[in-house]
Amino acid sequence: MNQLTDLGVAAIRDGIASGQFSAVEVAEAFNANVAAAQEALNAFIVATPEKALEAAQAVDAKRAAGEALGPLAGVPIGMKDLFATRGVQTTAASHILEGFVPQYESTVSQKLWDAGAGMLGKLNLDQFAMGSSNETSYFGNVISPWKRPGSNAPLAPGGSSGGSSAAIAARLCPAATGTDTGGSIRQPAAFTGISGIKPTYGRCSRWGVVAFASSLDQPGPMARDVTDCAIMLEAMSGFDPKDSTSLDMAVPGWTAALSADLKGKKVGIPREYRVEGMPAEIDAVWEQGIAWLKDAGAEVVEVSLPHTKYALPTYYIIAPAEASSNLARYDGVRYGLRDLPEGAGLQDMYAATRAAGFGPEVKRRILIGTYVLSAGFYDAYYTQAQKVRALIARDFERAFEQVDVLLTPTAPSAAFALGENVDDPLAMYLNDVFTVPSSLAGLPAMSVPAGLDAQGLPLGLQVIGRAFDEQGVLNASLALEQRAGFTARPEKWW
Amino acid sequence: MSVDTATVAKIASLARIKVTQAEIEAMVPELNGILAWVEQLGEVDVSGVEPMTAVIPNTLRLRDDVIDADPLTGGNKRDAVLANAPAAQHGFFGVPKVIE
Repeated sequence: MNQLTDLGVAAIRDGIASGQFSAVEVAEAFNANVAAAQEALNAFIVATPEKALEAAQAVDAKRAAGEALGPLAGVPIGMKDLFATRGVQTTAASHILEGFVPQYESTVSQKLWDAGAGMLGKLNLDQFAMGSSNETSYFGNVISPWKRPGSNAPLAPGGSSGGSSAAIAARLCPAATGTDTGGSIRQPAAFTGISGIKPTYGRCSRWGVVAFASSLDQPGPMARDVTDCAIMLEAMSGFDPKDSTSLDMAVPGWTAALSADLKGKKVGIPREYRVEGMPAEIDAVWEQGIAWLKDAGAEVVEVSLPHTKYALPTYYIIAPAEASSNLARYDGVRYGLRDLPEGAGLQDMYAATRAAGFGPEVKRRILIGTYVLSAGFYDAYYTQAQKVRALIARDFERAFEQVDVLLTPTAPSAAFALGENVDDPLAMYLNDVFTVPSSLAGLPAMSVPAGLDAQGLPLGLQVIGRAFDEQGVLNASLALEQRAGFTARPEKWW
Repeated sequence: MSVDTATVAKIASLARIKVTQAEIEAMVPELNGILAWVEQLGEVDVSGVEPMTAVIPNTLRLRDDVIDADPLTGGNKRDAVLANAPAAQHGFFGVPKVIE
């Protein structure tokens, strides 16, 4: 394997800046890995080797001219195919957007290009980011680079940012963008042994990101360590007047302030996260995490988040409700697919287009959302869910009066095999049991790899912080990372 | 509350998604499973609780009332707006005939 593709964001940037290797060499190495893995892993919907090279050439030229280089200069990244990229097909992994070529660039992707990054391609995902296993993409499943020993069963890379997680774990890119609505950055990060952070709601602009559930959707970075995530997050964050919920706050220098010293910090362990039937290995890795944070100087106390068990049902009212209105825009008129049966009128065209364009999980959520918002049911479902959501957020506020961060497992299991949960939507939804509550409260939360289970598959730990305290989350995650010493990587078979 | 085939057909019609009778019949137990599960929210005491409207307190801003303040999303973008339309004609979105 090529050495350059083993490097992370900081190492690539610093190596280019100091002249150890050129940006073009880096781009070529990653382009080659992307091409070689496409058939086996299906991590990308579209590869853009020419974009990666073009950005690299610009960085090399700047360096040769002695100009200042950006914080991501020469770092080639993967872009989740939920971000609009000017001139490059953007599909949300749905047939209904196949062939859609945006005339504009999302704010987050533009910020990354401005920082000197280049694009390796558009990463596969669950259709409209609805899924936890990447099995709902119109463009085929993403296959995790990890395997159980002695088994060839393809494993899920997690979802919805499964192309991102698989590509980073397989060294097809050093970092990627993700988006997180109920756990879509953190759960795939945990499944593939990488790191990922969902910042406070509003930190990263949603402008140009295909909308799923607007009160929950939040972009964030995925990479192989905490420092690389911090560098990416700094580049992606910042006020955007084009997003009405964008935070009008300065972006702190998270990377420079990283510190794994947790003396004087309090870590809360929410007792309601000890769910029935949780595998012993998940519990063991959680206990290990508690010991690591104590070792880093933190005081660990138990806290209570009494409404935790209601978070998932709340989410599965609010997210489909918002999706059903957001996805009303796909009508076969302005962009995307049009299915016009012979002799059909306008209403028939809408219905035929949406039947042909949306996958089964997307339709299921639109129907649920339409039902809970419909006359006669709105108060019983939607208003009730928004009230319970307020209680869930209040639970966190009270906990954060006592502690600085919370530590939980990221997911209730290691990666499962493809096909294991597809026939039971409820079983699939339970994957997000630990990630959804903080999403409903808009809080920053990060997953870092903590160890391997008995089958040799990665397990992740989640750190949840106060609103706007990404620094606290990153610091506790760094303390975990340093003690976990996680170096496992999937054996190359692709 | 649970749904039957007639309700699912009505929801699908409201959502403008064409469904076959077989799809409706398959969806009834699926949707009922999900609805039965979310109905546990009914047991939560929410007296005196306001429904959440903003997850992070924020004020809705008004932008300055300037034409073309943002050159990217301002006016005179007809061709860019129509670039991805399945049937753009004469500078308009084309749709099936709606008036006889």
